[in-house]
Amino acid sequence: MKTAISKEFEAIVGETNVMASEVDRHTYSYDAAVLDSEMPSLVVRPENSEALGKTVKLCNDNGLPLTVRGAGTNLSGGTIPHPGGVVVLTNGLNRILELNEEDMYAVVEPGVVTTSLATEAAACGLFYPPDPGSQAVSTLGGNVAENAGGLRGLKYGVTKDYVMGVDFWDVNGNLVKTGSRTVKCASGYNLAGLMVGSEGTLGVFDKLILKLIPPPKTSRSMMAIFSSMKSASETVSAIIAAKIVPATLEIMDNFTIRAVENFRHAGLPTEAAALLLIEVDGHPGQVEEDAVRVEQICREHGASKLKVASDAAERNAVWQARRDALPALAKLKPTCVLEDATVPRSKIPAMIQALDEISQKFALTIGTFGHAGDGNLHPTILTDKRDHKEWQRVEKAIDEIFNRALELGGTLSGEHGIGLAKAKYMVLETNSGTLDYCRRMKSVLDPKGILNPGKIIG
Amino acid sequence: MANLQQLAQMFKELDDQLVSCMRCGMCQAVCPVFAQTGREADVTRGKLALLDGLAREMLADPDGVNEKLNRCLLCGTCQSNCPSGVRIMDIFLKARAIMTGYFGLSKTKQVIFRGMLANPRLFNALTGMGATFQGLFTKKVDDMLGSSCARFNAPLVADRHFNTLAATPLHRIVPQLDTPAGASGLRVAFFTGCVIDKIFPHVGEAALKVLKEKGVGVFLPSKQACCGIPALSSGDGTTFDKLVAMNMHRFMSGEFDYLLTTCATCTSTIKELWPQMFKGDPALRAEIKELADKTMDISQFLVDILGVQEAEVANGKKVTYHDPCHLKNSLAITVQPRTMIKAAGCTFQEMREAGSCCGCGGSFNVAHYDLSKKIGTRKAENIINSGMDTLATSCPACMLHITDMLSRKNAGIEVKHVIELYADSIKNEG
Ligand SMILES: Cc1cc2nc3c(=O)[nH]c(=O)nc-3n(C[C@H](O)[C@H](O)[C@H](O)COP(=O)(O)OP(=O)(O)OC[C@H]3O[C@@H](n4cnc5c(N)ncnc54)[C@H](O)[C@@H]3O)c2cc1C
Ligand code: SF4
Ligand code: SF4
Repeated sequence: MKTAISKEFEAIVGETNVMASEVDRHTYSYDAAVLDSEMPSLVVRPENSEALGKTVKLCNDNGLPLTVRGAGTNLSGGTIPHPGGVVVLTNGLNRILELNEEDMYAVVEPGVVTTSLATEAAACGLFYPPDPGSQAVSTLGGNVAENAGGLRGLKYGVTKDYVMGVDFWDVNGNLVKTGSRTVKCASGYNLAGLMVGSEGTLGVFDKLILKLIPPPKTSRSMMAIFSSMKSASETVSAIIAAKIVPATLEIMDNFTIRAVENFRHAGLPTEAAALLLIEVDGHPGQVEEDAVRVEQICREHGASKLKVASDAAERNAVWQARRDALPALAKLKPTCVLEDATVPRSKIPAMIQALDEISQKFALTIGTFGHAGDGNLHPTILTDKRDHKEWQRVEKAIDEIFNRALELGGTLSGEHGIGLAKAKYMVLETNSGTLDYCRRMKSVLDPKGILNPGKIIG
Repeated sequence: MANLQQLAQMFKELDDQLVSCMRCGMCQAVCPVFAQTGREADVTRGKLALLDGLAREMLADPDGVNEKLNRCLLCGTCQSNCPSGVRIMDIFLKARAIMTGYFGLSKTKQVIFRGMLANPRLFNALTGMGATFQGLFTKKVDDMLGSSCARFNAPLVADRHFNTLAATPLHRIVPQLDTPAGASGLRVAFFTGCVIDKIFPHVGEAALKVLKEKGVGVFLPSKQACCGIPALSSGDGTTFDKLVAMNMHRFMSGEFDYLLTTCATCTSTIKELWPQMFKGDPALRAEIKELADKTMDISQFLVDILGVQEAEVANGKKVTYHDPCHLKNSLAITVQPRTMIKAAGCTFQEMREAGSCCGCGGSFNVAHYDLSKKIGTRKAENIINSGMDTLATSCPACMLHITDMLSRKNAGIEVKHVIELYADSIKNEG
């Protein structure tokens, strides 16, 4: 049976782009976060900008909670709809509208998949650096709304560093234009900046202007083996202290190393307590110098073995090992909770120590890997959410991970966002005044509170 | 008919497998159906969530779930790329069996699977008649074949683009064979498979010619039955078990080192699904496992066992290759067929997305012909853009669908099985 409202949506986006059946709705009730699902009342899939704007307005006119959904890969519940709300899909809005080689930027619709842009940019000799592990499916809209990071964050930054402008729909169906196609822009409030990391709570992105850069000329990758996590993490600090900024500087603990080795049998040293995977890139002369210096620092800090990739195949093997980390861990247990609490990078050794204590205290298996160079670790708790007793310990462990990270001057989330999962911890990182400010701002921009309710600020 | 709760109970048995999906959504990158529709219910994550929803009694519409479950090529691409190692094909086949148990097997399928497929002589007689009177009885034969073996489907729906049934099926050209090992010292059994037998017998002949040339003895028993995949993918485990048992009895009477097929789907069914899904006579289990271990794709045998190597480009044929899902995703065989093409003296050029599904897959083709055609059209475009004059592959089902897709575009590109190219090169030498 069709409701009057679903007919109104049909008039905007076409009949086939409104999904109302129980079965279809069920498939938009979850995302990649380990949280309970929630059914939307309707799913709408606009295929052009105008339809997107009208959809937002219609939701607001009827006070319908609206959750925008890209690929639904976020890890914090950002696309779990509000009960009875409407899910608005962006995968029908997936055109790259402009790729400007001369001025090095791209204008895209929000549903463009991250790798599509990276591939198109590469075809023009340009480079779009943010590369979240989900890039083969994640959308650029989702990346901006979560301020997604990736392996290259240390040197190249995260999504926010590539956002030049965002055009978005406000709740009244007005198109708000922010930022520009210029390298510099000082016209008015930095609203594009406000949109970054807003998780669909402040506006619905219509177009994104993204910065592209020239690719590095060359790169060198290496793998260093350590007999303790401590010496590995001290090496990380030492590399940075030596004023070298590798493109990528990743760490893996023994548990992860063993999981990866079992997974692919690529010959990783399963006895090693820790691995660092490092890549320096840039101009050939500098790469050469940096690589030698990094090698020295690793050895000075007790690296027992160091392997520099000598060709593309070896380089690939190094990064395959890193890409395998999550899948290899995920295979071990039914549920895998991937956290991303982040600390100032000098505090990495302390955070690793804390994780060790937490895993013992709650008798949980935690594999740790991640972007050591950014201070962004991914402690991954392996569990089975059907085991209620263990799950209670998992929840306590998560609380403690956040507490310890905050004590060390860190943040709740380096890149996965707050969503529903971490909303309750926000006050710990900030204070009630901050949340109050955010809520007041939201109440003015979104008086009926339809934009992704419950996310970030509760 | 069971009620919803009982159905939920049955799906709960898949729970251990279902929970291993971490809802990461990475399958969106590879599913050919999702690439066309962009709908979550069409991609693996959505389908698994639906099965989970039934198991948890969150959904009251098993019919709707069943419909979504069937919008799937069973191509296995998602499984071979799933970071969490979810045993997706196993789940899907079991789910289809549960659904068939719940809804019952349709009358047409009952007649076709149980009456015809499970009775190879009748099947042969009917299709034989169909071949003779092709044109006159086309519609009937189409219906019958269309729902019997999913893999006959492509050219049978709507306007067909070439004659489907061969005038003389392989089982008439070569009723049986039992030759001793020659120079190679090896003997193989040959599993023909329905599509090779009835539509592409010359592919079977090409394989036999090559094996003879290589001094390999062949055991080809008469009265082979269908490998069982059409029944299994429609959730008819009973017929599947019967077909496996019939085939086992035919093949157990011979002695051989390997079992070969020229059909990617048959190879993967025998190798993976026979041991996994057979619920019949327990006494057969060990033998099935043993046979499965000996089963190989023809190119794999020629390259890995006989050591066939690339040759000088000799014949001026320009060839590109399509990876059948059932070789690439199920068995990770991608190198050997390419080696065979080069061994045949052809110029080889990779096309874009060589490893993506052609869109044929299962009864999907009949029920969702439009979608299947869209997926196939993309394949056809990639083939045409490769600039080659021949498309080679290793599965007769893909050959059928791709021929249909290419002829719709008047591409003028030949479609060949890899073994045909190689057999031709032998003729040229001799
Ligand atoms: C296997 C895996 C690996 C991952 N690796 C990384 C990683 O390395 N780094 C990282 O940072 N993240 C990673 N993630 C998390 C996730 O992929 C990112 O958060 C990504 O940016 C989400 O993109 P999406 O298109 O899936 O967005 P969705 O999950 O669909 O949405 C995310 C948020 O964006 C909002 N949104 C989407 N589109 C719009 C729009 N047009 N307007 C307004 N709001 C919008 C949604 O409402 C939601 O709040 C990973 C996830 C997985 C499953
Ligand atoms: S890729 Fe695998 S684990 Fe991830 S959602 Fe798809 S089926 Fe589930
Ligand atoms: S088997 Fe193929 S069609 Fe079916 S869900 Fe997996 S990738 Fe998609």
